[in-house]
Amino acid sequence: MSKKDILILAIESSCDETAAAVVKNGREVLSNVISSQIELHKLYGGVVPEIASRKHIEKINQVIEEALAVSGVTLDELDAVAVTYGPGLVGALLVGVAEAKAISYAKNLPLVGVHHIEGHISANYIENKDLEPPFICLVVSGGHTHLVRVKDYGEYEILGRTRDDAAGEAFDKVARAIGLGYPGGPKIDRLAKEGDPDAIAFPRGKIEGSPYDFSFSGLKSAVLNYLNGCQMKGEPIVEADVAASFQKSVTDVLVEHAMMAVRESGLDKLAIAGGVASNGALRAAMEQACAQNGVRFYRPSPILCTDNAAMIGAAAYYEYVKGVRHGLDLNAVPNLKLGER
Amino acid sequence: MKILALDSSGLVASVAIAEDDVLLAEYTVDYKKTHSQTLLPMLSEAARMIELDLNTVDAIAVAGGPGSFTGLRIGSATAKGLGLALDKPLVHVPTVDALAYNLYGCSDYICPMMDARRRQVYTGIYRFENGKFCVLEEQKPIAVAEIAEKLNVLGGPVVFLGDGVPAYREELERIMRVPYRFAPAHVNRQRASAVAVLAMQCVREGRIETAAEHAPDYLRPSQAERERAEALRREQSADV
Repeated sequence: MSKKDILILAIESSCDETAAAVVKNGREVLSNVISSQIELHKLYGGVVPEIASRKHIEKINQVIEEALAVSGVTLDELDAVAVTYGPGLVGALLVGVAEAKAISYAKNLPLVGVHHIEGHISANYIENKDLEPPFICLVVSGGHTHLVRVKDYGEYEILGRTRDDAAGEAFDKVARAIGLGYPGGPKIDRLAKEGDPDAIAFPRGKIEGSPYDFSFSGLKSAVLNYLNGCQMKGEPIVEADVAASFQKSVTDVLVEHAMMAVRESGLDKLAIAGGVASNGALRAAMEQACAQNGVRFYRPSPILCTDNAAMIGAAAYYEYVKGVRHGLDLNAVPNLKLGER
Repeated sequence: MKILALDSSGLVASVAIAEDDVLLAEYTVDYKKTHSQTLLPMLSEAARMIELDLNTVDAIAVAGGPGSFTGLRIGSATAKGLGLALDKPLVHVPTVDALAYNLYGCSDYICPMMDARRRQVYTGIYRFENGKFCVLEEQKPIAVAEIAEKLNVLGGPVVFLGDGVPAYREELERIMRVPYRFAPAHVNRQRASAVAVLAMQCVREGRIETAAEHAPDYLRPSQAERERAEALRREQSADV
């Protein structure tokens, strides 16, 4: 390992995944350990913040120790410790933040606080060594739906965001309504393969005067109304058609807005990120639209779309080389805005 | 034996470094800032002042609960991070025990109380008998009236302390039938020095844990778990 290599231990605990990773020079993942709590939260139909926080504290040291062991890097060889400090669940974030600060203090290592969404965007750098800003990135997950112009490393302009539900939230709510359970994304994705995406005409959410913004609550209501209507009329519900038509409605809007952003910005690169970015229909539709428009399309592997720490390490590297350092008083910021320091 | 101790279980944030019968440094703050903002900067400052080489510490002690869920986790995650980075064992000291230990040598009944919300306090009953620290009633969340009644039966006198006192002072004054007092400011809140001294005893008795296995002892399930258990119970009784 040459002396110029920068090794970062990254920690992520913003929601229901306890994760740690060791990343070299921002793009090479030496380890990426994720302990998911999803099975536990399924009992409650969604993530319970207090339970998530309790699980984080039980798992965090094991996860970090495993990340170090797999990478073969010792704490003494690290250049920095990075941690997600927002946005997310405050109690969950605090576990990672307190742990990272203690390690940073005890080993006298620089501390770099990372924005969770910046991590998701940076997940694209890991497998695409050629990808560099500027580009357009669509971040879609259970908590976020952002259309972002990545101007430079760590420099973002938010072009559009959801006005109500996040895209992933809509998947969860519709999945619950048709009896698929939590988490809804992968279940709808699977069921939709057996259905007709044009069977039911669900609306495409538009925001008057804000062409880049999203709205998914109207779509969600339309699905619920459709289901109620069928029940009242005694008509059979074809769940696969509902799933496919709903999913088509979401992906149509996401693709349309993303392509408009690419066109109007004059950029020729589009990346997607976040949990919903592993949705098969979205990936296929986006890939097709990009191919038709001569746009290079980037997407992380599904494992890097979920909440993970490798992406935090990737984002942290570019902050680190810019000289960004946080103090021992770093706090969790549950509603941290992208691009905010 | 050198112990680094943390307590962020309640409103107070406190850090201490103690070696055998010398308290090298203690830093306690009762201020509106969050423990996330204060605890580690306080430790850093205390350690700097005494030029502490962290590697010379034998164990990291933490007030492990009960207390504010978030506060406990900030203390625990900090202790776990220190333990991981320094490769040191952790000592889990019960929060209410450590509070009672502030009143070393007191032959009255010692009753710490921390506000546990939901009209309860985290409390216990302690006494020093011939210098020996005795736990008469183990720490638990119960109603103020219930712990007060136990003290009335024991027959007092009692010393109350803890951040639950201001919230329940009037209720105590109404219920108590035996003599009682309230501890003064220098000993009536969590102090990490008491955690450190109790931790030394634990280490001598081999009651240590690894940084990986340590987790706070909340003494209460989360609200979601509680409600789910209640719902399951209702379902079961409906089935019968």
